[in-house]
Amino acid sequence: MMTSVTTSADLTGSFTPAAFATHLERVKHLPAWWLDRKRAAYAQFAARPMPKRSDEGWRFSNLAGLTLDGFALPAAIRFDQMAHRELGVTGADHLVFANNRLVTRQALDTGAARNGIIFDTLQNALVKHSDLVKSHLLAHPSKLGSDKFAALHEAFLEDGAFIYVPKGVEAELPVAVFHYACGAGAAVFPHTLVIAESHAKITVADFFAGRPARTNTGLIAASNGVPLQSFACGGNDLYAGHGAHVTYIAMQDWSRETLSFQFNAIVARRDAKVLSLNLHAGARQARHESFSQLQAPGAHSDMLALTVAHGSQEFDQRTLQIHQAPNTSSNLLYKNALLDQAKTIFSGLIVVDPDAQKTDAYQSNRNLMLSDEAEANSLPGLEIQANDVRCTHGVTSTRIDRELEFYLESRGIRAAQAQELLVFGFFEEVLGRIENQQLHDSLTEIFRKKFKS
Amino acid sequence: MSQLVIKNLHISIGEKAIVKGFNLTIKQGEVHAIMGPNGTGKSTLAKAIAGHPDYTITGGDVQLDRKSILAMQPDERARSGLFLAFQYPSEIPGVSIANFLRAAVQARMAEGEELDAAGYYKRLYSKMDLLKIDRKFTARSVNEGFSGGEKKRCEILQMAMLEPRIALMDETDSGLDIDALRIVADGVNAMRSSPASPGIMLITHYQRLLDYIVPDFVHVMYDGRLVKSGDKSLALELEAKGYDWLKQQPATA
Ligand SMILES: Nc1ncnc2c1ncn2[C@@H]1O[C@H](COP(=O)(O)OP(=O)(O)OP(=O)(O)O)[C@@H](O)[C@H]1O
Ligand SMILES: [Mg+2]
Repeated sequence: MMTSVTTSADLTGSFTPAAFATHLERVKHLPAWWLDRKRAAYAQFAARPMPKRSDEGWRFSNLAGLTLDGFALPAAIRFDQMAHRELGVTGADHLVFANNRLVTRQALDTGAARNGIIFDTLQNALVKHSDLVKSHLLAHPSKLGSDKFAALHEAFLEDGAFIYVPKGVEAELPVAVFHYACGAGAAVFPHTLVIAESHAKITVADFFAGRPARTNTGLIAASNGVPLQSFACGGNDLYAGHGAHVTYIAMQDWSRETLSFQFNAIVARRDAKVLSLNLHAGARQARHESFSQLQAPGAHSDMLALTVAHGSQEFDQRTLQIHQAPNTSSNLLYKNALLDQAKTIFSGLIVVDPDAQKTDAYQSNRNLMLSDEAEANSLPGLEIQANDVRCTHGVTSTRIDRELEFYLESRGIRAAQAQELLVFGFFEEVLGRIENQQLHDSLTEIFRKKFKS
Repeated sequence: MSQLVIKNLHISIGEKAIVKGFNLTIKQGEVHAIMGPNGTGKSTLAKAIAGHPDYTITGGDVQLDRKSILAMQPDERARSGLFLAFQYPSEIPGVSIANFLRAAVQARMAEGEELDAAGYYKRLYSKMDLLKIDRKFTARSVNEGFSGGEKKRCEILQMAMLEPRIALMDETDSGLDIDALRIVADGVNAMRSSPASPGIMLITHYQRLLDYIVPDFVHVMYDGRLVKSGDKSLALELEAKGYDWLKQQPATA
């Protein structure tokens, strides 16, 4: 006879206690404090309920799509077994991870290292710079609804990138981190931790992509028409000290069968400037949470995002700008281009603490509707407890202007190309913020390809 | 030699008839000035020929080299050799002049043919120099924040780059200062004296432009059709007498 009981399997899916034990075994050489935190995180993950329809932080989201079944910690893969795409910035250091493991690197042997910049794996940093990692890694948990999945990230986080820029050092070139999920069912947990000390300056680019696993003789998985389903649960911590400048750019290009979570936490100290730019193209369903804390006077955070949404993709973006000190500013601009039956959700909140006078905060979500069947949802919000502030927010949904389309076509430009030019014209307001020209061009090109297919 | 033949053309916007039986043949190398009161249908004519989707052709035909272009999309018409210099050019945020024109040039190349980027820029810069447009403009978004005169010069730059066989120029002189008028006219005259001299429909309200770009024919459009045609002296006559005397006349067939 069948009894219906809620087993913990309903709450953990593929990420069972056994899977966690296997993972812990692989990282047992890491510091005890970290392993303790992972155990606590796993317990929290396993205890937390899945999101419910009534949860404010999950309004409009496709809850059925959040299933955690059908994934596994993937087997190791060699660099020569997968297709890697270069960053396109001459001389830039990079780390390449595939299936949670470092597969190749170009780092530490260039000018960056001579300035005392540390660009290494998170595992190495956990061993060599334990205290530094401890005070910054996942120090600002998600407040946007994903505590269960953020705990999952912490529990299974195996390796990632650690970037430390000492006081007064300005990195000339961007550094790049690549994370690949290879093979069907692969579950990956990328992480990038950036610490910029006073007056330091750095640009970091994260790339996330899915690849079929293959050997030299052919594909191992996903070769017989099986979709390349995978699971990605990543995060990044960006810490900008006094007067530091941190630019963080992420290109999310997981396979279109991926369930993706990304958690971003930004801390800006006195007069610091952080610019984060997330480009979203991949995944079946992608949840992105971004959380900025403006902790001291003069702190500024630019939060930028672009999305191309195809087919039945869902991009679910939740943001929080917290102004904790006077004279801080933040500027959020999320732009989505929606095709087919795609769906986007933007939910943003600006919070101004009581003593954060002279806050200047802006929040804007602009949707370009390229299909009548696409759906863009926007939930802007303000929570202001100070009286002398400037906070504005705006939401627009527009179509391509027919007059502009005609202008381009009257020059002989074909309709599809005209549309692409106009869409990238719409995006340029954000892409134009990437100062490194090679990085700008390379990312624009990748994103253009994503738009086309 | 190309020619554009406009035959008994009727154009409506919604239910409203605007152009009512327009006839004109423009051969390559000829300049036809079209003058006429405000609201008479000059821009409607030009935009409809270029294929603007707001206008409905309710009768007649437009042929480029004996082939009707009415079934063609606007981009196809342009690639067949037609060019419209807009009375009110659109601003295109985020699309640089360089990228925009490159796309237009590439659209005219055969499949698989590669654009010679160095050659393209060389040509672009030489046309810009000719029209006295600062080279820095290549990085600026098309027409965005341009002054009225800069927009018109940018239209002529596009025309110079795309080398149409038939150009419809809609009040290119409006908004130009005296020096800019000269520069634009010189640019157009340079195209006229090239071996591939385009046929030009020059819509204007002012005789002054016609001192610089001397027309072969001058036509008066009124209430959707041509009511008088002549040579360049007709423009001088209009300058002196205005349009009222023509409004009385019955339309010539
Ligand atoms: N999109 C439109 N919708 C409705 N009416 C229009 C539209 N475009 C033009 N019209 C009308 O059609 C008529 C002809 O306009 P058109 O712009 O062709 O005149 P024009 O001869 O170019 O005038 P001008 O010398 O002032 O430029 C006008 O009455 C105008 O109001
Ligand atoms: Mg007009």
